[in-house]
Amino acid sequence: MIQPRVHDPDLLQEISTDIRRSVITSLSLAGSGHLGGSLGIADIFTCLYFSVMNHDPADPSWPDRDRLILSIGHVAPVLYSTLAHAGYFPEEELNTLRKLGSRLQGHPGREHGLPGLELSAGSLGQGLSVSVGRALAGKMDARPWRVYCILGDGELQEGSVWEAAMAAAHLNLGNLTAIVDRNGVQIDGKTEKVMALEPLKEKWKAFGWEVVECDGNNHHDVLSSIQLAQHDPEKPGIILAYTKMGKGIRSIEGDYSWHGKAPSKEEARQFLCELEEGER
Amino acid sequence: MSIQYVNLGDKPTRTGFGEGLLASGFRHPEVIALGADITTSVGVNLFAEQLPGQFISLGIAEQNCVGVAAGLALEGKIPVFATYGVFAALRTTDQIRVSVCYNNLHVVIGGAHAGLSVGPDGATHQALEDLAIMRVLPNMTVLSPCDATQTKIATIQAIHHVQGPVYIRFGRAAMPDFTSKHQTFEVGKAQLLHPGNDCAIIATGHLVWEALQAAYLLKDEGIHARVINMHTIKPVDREMIIRAARETGIIVTAEEHQVTGGLGSAVAEVVACEYPVPLKFVGMPDRFGESGEPRELMEKYGLTHRGIIQAVKSILSGI
Repeated sequence: MIQPRVHDPDLLQEISTDIRRSVITSLSLAGSGHLGGSLGIADIFTCLYFSVMNHDPADPSWPDRDRLILSIGHVAPVLYSTLAHAGYFPEEELNTLRKLGSRLQGHPGREHGLPGLELSAGSLGQGLSVSVGRALAGKMDARPWRVYCILGDGELQEGSVWEAAMAAAHLNLGNLTAIVDRNGVQIDGKTEKVMALEPLKEKWKAFGWEVVECDGNNHHDVLSSIQLAQHDPEKPGIILAYTKMGKGIRSIEGDYSWHGKAPSKEEARQFLCELEEGER
Repeated sequence: MSIQYVNLGDKPTRTGFGEGLLASGFRHPEVIALGADITTSVGVNLFAEQLPGQFISLGIAEQNCVGVAAGLALEGKIPVFATYGVFAALRTTDQIRVSVCYNNLHVVIGGAHAGLSVGPDGATHQALEDLAIMRVLPNMTVLSPCDATQTKIATIQAIHHVQGPVYIRFGRAAMPDFTSKHQTFEVGKAQLLHPGNDCAIIATGHLVWEALQAAYLLKDEGIHARVINMHTIKPVDREMIIRAARETGIIVTAEEHQVTGGLGSAVAEVVACEYPVPLKFVGMPDRFGESGEPRELMEKYGLTHRGIIQAVKSILSGI
């Protein structure tokens, strides 16, 4: 059955909290992985999988599904948690994250057979090119589905992203929507200090994209920006989604030291409490 | 049975690639060729002109080309991306490794101007490392056909009969075209071109013709050299290599590629484990090429029948 669309803001919030809870728990059990980005982008994943995309968890390869390409493979925990909550596989399997023999690899790997994965990825700078290829195929065959590509902001420092950006506009891929997780930080610190990206909006505009900015931790804002980004059928759209790394856990929000860390059991307990408090 | 192979006229292997691609494209609309600006020099221009709906120009952006190819393959297309081997295999190695090979997608990558055949352009454009790098990637099939006729057949096979990623290498310069268009060509099965039990010459690409010439000259001296065309570098034909080692006791490999990592290494890995015999490698001795006519460069670096004969004799005389 095609995933029903959720419009109720409270329900979306509840789903995001569920996803964040799974992210914290699974990373804590894994003992390594990327917590900050996974939490920051949870609201965008909620919107895509529960309100925007046409997909069917019971039939992961349904030909007319919308495709989600996760270019930043390191936030795999949020993808896995979202897929589990959408019903692609049992939530208990999240506890196997990063363990030997698991279908939940540290970075997504399709050969391990996890349903719902559209691409094995993790080496930054590649997902947008693959998204261009898929969108191009869809356009050539006049298919109704769309391609969504999740990019990191630090990832935009990879030159190959801009090769793909040029190609998407050149090929008039209106069926492609990219979302940049603009949390402003990367492993070494603030993006603008490590390698300045701004003016990002103008750059994407100059590359021929429809550019929309939004608060990436606000469901309503994310949903309306996706619509705005898709209004021109001949133009690829990109959403610069301003998010907070570690969103939902007040004590670590915006702290880039949580980019590539997993919480200890003690920290996980504390974060789960903070998450519940934030809910209330 | 010994066939004397005859040169039916010099022809660049890239022409064979272009012909094979065009033939496939006409019959199969899912075959999509990607262009990285140099379509004419890699033999894709005819395809682009005659099948414009199946040709996508992506400019001088090879990394993106490989990713786009992966995306097309995920949607059931058969993307074929060709550019100079140095760019096709080396500039894009990470994209090929992750987006194509780790996803195990049927993407056909053509490495043009392989070896020294791009001559005067010099070292930057001479692909002498591509076989080594493509060979080490899991899921990858690596083809290195020996002449234009075989390249056409190999291209069609690569497009329609290989599962997963495939790299096919071909050259720029016009070289002897000597195999039959009715030949039996099977990916992973080497061709025994010339019988002999005194030594075995296992060659690939343009060096196969040189290996044959070496065998004919050695025969005049009473040395019967077996010549094997190893057109598939991966999966390498282990059985053919083991048989050659067992029946001849001496193996010389010949390739237009660095001696490290390519055909020689592939053969040595099998021989060392299965049936150790003396080996010599004819190839580039771990150095960059330079400008010069292809023929001059082949002579300079010993990538000729003379170089092969010398290698055979040095083993026979125990040097």
